[in-house]
Amino acid sequence: MALLSAKGLNMSFGGLKALKDVSFSVEPGTIKALIGPNGAGKTTLFNLISGYLKPNSGVIVFDGRQIQGLPPHRIASYGIARTFQHIRLFPGMTVLENVMLGLHTHTRSGFLSSMLRLPRTRNEERFVREEAMQVLKMMGIEDLADREATRLAYGQQRIVEIARALAQKPKLLLLDEPAAGLNIRETRQMGILIHQIRQSGVTVFIVEHDMSLVMEISDEVMVLSYGEKIAEDHPLAIQKNEEVIKVYLGEEDAQN
Amino acid sequence: MKGERIKIGLLCLLLVLIDLITTSVARTYYLTQLTMSLYYTLVVLGLVLLMGYAGQISLGHAGFFAIGGYTTAVLSTYNLLKYKDSAVVKVSSELGLLTLRENLYGEQILSFHPWIGVLLSLVIAATVAYLIGIPVLKLKGHYLAMATLGFGIIVYRIVLGTPIFGEADGVSDVPPFVILPGLSISGQMDERRANYYIASLLVVVVVYLMTNLINSRVGRALRAIHGAEDAAESAGVDTAEYKLKVFVMSAVIAALAGAFLTHFNGGIGPSEASVMKSVRYVAIVAAGGMASIWGGLTMAMLLNFLSLRGYFGQYDDAVFGAVLILIMLFAPEGLLRVNPAGLLKNIFKRS
Amino acid sequence: MNIELFFQYIAGGITYGFIYAIVAIGFNIIYNTTGIINFAQGEFVMLGSMTAITLNAFLPLPVAIVLSVLITMLVGAVIEILFFRWLESPTVLRMIIITIGLSIIIREIALAIWGVNVRALPYFTGNEVSSVSFWGVHISPQVLWVIGVCSMMVLALQLFFKYSRFGRQMRACADNREAARLCGINTKNMVTLSFVLSAGMGATAGCVVSPITYSQYNMGVPLAIKGFTVAILGGLGNSLAAVAGGLILGILESLSVWIMPSAYKDAIAISILLLILFFRPRGLFGRKEDLREF
Ligand SMILES: Nc1ncnc2c1ncn2[C@@H]1O[C@H](COP(=O)(O)OP(=O)(O)OP(=O)(O)O)[C@@H](O)[C@H]1O
Ligand SMILES: [Mg+2]
Repeated sequence: MALLSAKGLNMSFGGLKALKDVSFSVEPGTIKALIGPNGAGKTTLFNLISGYLKPNSGVIVFDGRQIQGLPPHRIASYGIARTFQHIRLFPGMTVLENVMLGLHTHTRSGFLSSMLRLPRTRNEERFVREEAMQVLKMMGIEDLADREATRLAYGQQRIVEIARALAQKPKLLLLDEPAAGLNIRETRQMGILIHQIRQSGVTVFIVEHDMSLVMEISDEVMVLSYGEKIAEDHPLAIQKNEEVIKVYLGEEDAQN
Repeated sequence: MKGERIKIGLLCLLLVLIDLITTSVARTYYLTQLTMSLYYTLVVLGLVLLMGYAGQISLGHAGFFAIGGYTTAVLSTYNLLKYKDSAVVKVSSELGLLTLRENLYGEQILSFHPWIGVLLSLVIAATVAYLIGIPVLKLKGHYLAMATLGFGIIVYRIVLGTPIFGEADGVSDVPPFVILPGLSISGQMDERRANYYIASLLVVVVVYLMTNLINSRVGRALRAIHGAEDAAESAGVDTAEYKLKVFVMSAVIAALAGAFLTHFNGGIGPSEASVMKSVRYVAIVAAGGMASIWGGLTMAMLLNFLSLRGYFGQYDDAVFGAVLILIMLFAPEGLLRVNPAGLLKNIFKRS
Repeated sequence: MNIELFFQYIAGGITYGFIYAIVAIGFNIIYNTTGIINFAQGEFVMLGSMTAITLNAFLPLPVAIVLSVLITMLVGAVIEILFFRWLESPTVLRMIIITIGLSIIIREIALAIWGVNVRALPYFTGNEVSSVSFWGVHISPQVLWVIGVCSMMVLALQLFFKYSRFGRQMRACADNREAARLCGINTKNMVTLSFVLSAGMGATAGCVVSPITYSQYNMGVPLAIKGFTVAILGGLGNSLAAVAGGLILGILESLSVWIMPSAYKDAIAISILLLILFFRPRGLFGRKEDLREF
């Protein structure tokens, strides 16, 4: 059974139809890529899945539950983590603290027990710290733990954001253009990292403009254009799909 | 964490030292203004949590202070003798909730025990904060500022225009709050030192609880909301709930300060609910560096003490206005974090 | 209810409504070019009328008013240059706090200069008892002055934004600052101009209403709150809607004295403000798309 499936999603902003009757599904343990020209509605689709926007109509089912229209924190607690197209790290907090926040849904301490520093809270705090360190080690950035996250180099910030999402121990990870702004070497490393993430059992749904990265890592590719799904297939088939080629060539024509 | 413990220890030491020094040089009257400053400091600390850490501005915190103060003032002064035959009064009296005393003019007054007044003031402040907080905290930036300002003004207008709150005169003749036999909140001379220590204890306890909170799961979530609310949500933080809780908490702290200070002063007036008071709290939080318990504490003690001693004279409000502007222009990180050389360089570069 | 009295109240409501509208438009002008809500907006009205009253002691009324409007505009420019021009991408919180601080300082300076006395400019034509009557309803000629001058100002502003070079540049700034800058518009000067404009409008309005509403050093804050209410009511950024919103609020307030003590009058505006903020932050007349993130 699909881990995530959506049926008949529609979303409009005022007069603009950002998504038109989009349906798809993501199989567990796969890497699915979502591509399309600028303004195609890719981020909008992610926002619907993660709860930032409420679809005008349509159904989203994750892990057997309908999730459309639920608040983002609830959806996060069901096991969907995401990163943002424009990096969203917490200023004034260290890398470690940023990643520790990812474990929020796996811990309980509330206002009272935190204020009193009850033994349970202290144990929990130790657990969170160790888990977060573990994630940093896995990503190879444990030496950055005490640096302020928003002051790191751009590529490192991307990694920290992914680390935070992974600390949530999600079933599904949504990555919105993780390679944007990275150089060739960093992009290749990102590809390896995404592979590792899938290896560890996390399903990945990724929006990406870098075609070679997409073709290399994904099991399946879905293409949006002006809010409509125009193709969904294996990477090789997508490369030969005429409509997709037209959309992308058209875009290049427009740019020239 | 260890560093914080040491700082709290030093704070206790300093507070005791201040008492010993003022007492030994026979300047205990300083303790009165210090005690008042300590209560105002409580309000500032609550606001540091709300504004500095969670990033939610409130221009209406004097409103919560006033809710605390006025509730206990009215309950502990309103004479129930003429209703002494009514069922409610009888039951309250049976339950031991009422006290009978004589006021300055020898008049008999039957009113609620200050314990009831103080507890109810906290409950009311929490309820109001909760109800107001649900819609208000959905707002951001200017909208949030205006909405909280609006709330503050409504409280001010109500106390100013309602006879039971004494209109422009406020409520006076508020009795001491006897916490335990032999220990009471009052402005009487022989209780001055005890009261200084009560207020000190409150501040120390709040500082302790707050430092714990900041360095915990909840504190991280609050700081995350401040930094990037949407990302905090995506990490599973129920931002609406956290904002509401911290808003209620800071309102209750303000109300507690208001209630205690009202018993200490023996009364409360509408100026405590004024917009200028709310702005003043914000100014102090800003001067302390927003997200800084120790900065807020230092600035609150310093500025309130100077103001209460009358050092700013008729320019009291102007001083706080100037503090606001200067801090925000030149030291938005707070006064204690200013790097003079860097600041000068910046100013010259600009001009 | 006495119909004559009813129309008196309406006239009073219209007078107040226009000043709220002008303050709201002042908010809009600055908000559009900078994204700042200037909490000191009400102080411009106070400064304008108080300065005119002082000047009127030894200058003829028209000269005093023109001079005071110019002085207030200068104050607006100085404020912008001293406190905003050189800030590099300040946070919203920082700007809110700066304008609040400014409002306090201006008020305290006014207190030092003029004291706590309530003052007023003389009636422009006639005096407090003269009236013109329409269909049997007597209205003070000053109310006509208020309506006339304020309507002219709103109209002039519309024309300014539509047809003058500066006005168009300011609109360009409002739409997209970065693009405007790239097109060679000096956006910093546009911001200064927006402060000057809204200071001038506030001061002018302050002068025309002064004979009816009186002036005092502390009149700015309530005006700022009501102006903001009106700006929100109309949907930020829309001048004509601000006039409509202003009139609604002014008339509601003025009629409210029938049903509740006048001490609670201010609470009406604030309740409206809170209701709008909670339930329809884009304003009564605003469309959803107009709402910008703060
Ligand atoms: N909150 C919003 N309000 C109004 N319009 C929006 C909003 N979010 C997105 N849009 C519009 O919806 C369309 C789709 O935007 P979206 O961000 O989903 O595109 P995208 O495929 O992610 O593009 P890109 O590759 O540039 O990131 C765009 O035209 C955009 O302007
Ligand atoms: Mg996008």
